[in-house]
Amino acid sequence: MSQAQPALELVDIYKSYGNLEVLKGISLKANDGDVISILGSSGSGKSTLLRCINLLEHPNAGRIIVAGEELELKPAKDGYLDAASRPQLESMRSRIGFVFQSFNLWPHKTILDNIIEAPMRVLKQPRAQAVARAEELLARVGLADKRNAYPGNLSGGQQQRIAIARALAMDPQVLLFDEPTSALDPELVNEVLSVMHSLADEGRTMLIVTHEMRFAREVSSQVVFLHQGQIEEIGSPEQVFDNPKSARVRDFMSSHLS
Amino acid sequence: MDLQGFGHLLLSGAWVTVKLALTSLAFGLLFGLIGAAAKLSKFRFARILGTLYTTLVRGIPELLLVLSIYFGGSMLLMWLASFFGYTDYIEISAFAAGVAALSIAFGAYATEVFRAALIELPKGQWESAYALGMTGPQTFFRIILPQVWRLALPGLGNLFQVLLKDTALVSVVGLDELMRQAYVASGSTKEPFTFYMAAAFIYLGLTAIATASTMLMERASNPVSRGSRA
Ligand SMILES: Nc1ncnc2c1ncn2[C@@H]1O[C@H](COP(=O)(O)OP(=O)(O)OP(=O)(O)O)[C@@H](O)[C@H]1O
Ligand SMILES: [Mg+2]
Repeated sequence: MSQAQPALELVDIYKSYGNLEVLKGISLKANDGDVISILGSSGSGKSTLLRCINLLEHPNAGRIIVAGEELELKPAKDGYLDAASRPQLESMRSRIGFVFQSFNLWPHKTILDNIIEAPMRVLKQPRAQAVARAEELLARVGLADKRNAYPGNLSGGQQQRIAIARALAMDPQVLLFDEPTSALDPELVNEVLSVMHSLADEGRTMLIVTHEMRFAREVSSQVVFLHQGQIEEIGSPEQVFDNPKSARVRDFMSSHLS
Repeated sequence: MDLQGFGHLLLSGAWVTVKLALTSLAFGLLFGLIGAAAKLSKFRFARILGTLYTTLVRGIPELLLVLSIYFGGSMLLMWLASFFGYTDYIEISAFAAGVAALSIAFGAYATEVFRAALIELPKGQWESAYALGMTGPQTFFRIILPQVWRLALPGLGNLFQVLLKDTALVSVVGLDELMRQAYVASGSTKEPFTFYMAAAFIYLGLTAIATASTMLMERASNPVSRGSRA
């Protein structure tokens, strides 16, 4: 039980779109409580990597292991891997929270209904339990009063905080963030980052694709730099930010740190 | 307007028209959803079938569809029955033939309306549901369909108007719907203008009700929000 088992392990993930090889053998391990920031220039494969973890994209090769349970994959057409078992995939997905750049709240449902939908349908929680938990989470992201509002009436920052609450309602073992603040007006970025900061502080395991360098440096236990589908550098924030071995990473840092 | 005691005939016809229209609507919506799913399927064969369906049906006059299903249907049944030694004439119900023809026609146009709505809906709406572990059917029925419905309602409302008026075509195969009753009444009274006018007013009333219902449904399906579909 106490045997240190990675919360998330990726082994040799490959992904191509036609002839374009986007991920070229990525392996990554996140222990419980790790916060791993993934940096890299546009097109380096950050989103693709994150989306392969819960099979929103189908890798061509590789293994995905969440808390010791390996996602069973089988070859499908065009050389992609698909889940061997839908129920296992759905169960794994329910334990991996995913926060999108564009929030993707459901506009026809109230904020409360957005949050309790999956706990009730996927985890089969009774409504009262799901609602109680949702209210806790709403308070936690500072939006208790928005319970009955619709997503369309909220600001981007508020929508993203709801999206985080929606992911948290599943009590996921790992949280994946794909540029959660990139679609936000600058003045709304901090409210989302501070929620994420508090999640890191309470020991959540997170993988964060971000361009917020200062934030990444503060919260990360590890920083990964992707370049053309490969890990160019990986290490502690101090190492990757201040003392990168790779000249490419050094260039990136000097152009992104103001 | 003196209907000379034929008013009830018109009303009973109108009732048949309403039943025909609503039954065809129900099946037509189903065909439309299936057609849209086929056209957007990842399977080539399904896409070909879907395209074949919409192209063929939309290329044929509705009247011809009614006639070929009515007469073709009974021929088909008789041919099948002949294998069991049954050789009498089999007539299929004009109502059933009407429902078949009208719902197939409605479904072909509804396919395009649903397809457009499904395409318009951002992929992220599916993805956020899948990412939470929801199944395909859960995602479709709880997240996608209500939004597609909302997007499709105005288009479907228009199609229903057309459907309501196309019910008159089923009079050619002897169904006692509004159009045919008006024809019968004007034959008996030798006052065609009176009865065709009366029928026209009833059709107008029905389409007005349909329009109003569509508007109410659009309002009901559209909560405070519209934005936020990033
Ligand atoms: N569905 C797709 N079909 C074809 N190519 C794709 C697809 N999705 C991504 N790509 C390509 O894969 C490469 C990696 O894309 P990805 O979105 O993972 O990059 P990223 O690192 O997230 O970039 P950004 O910082 O711009 O979000 C890019 O060259 C992109 O054009
Ligand atoms: Mg990206």
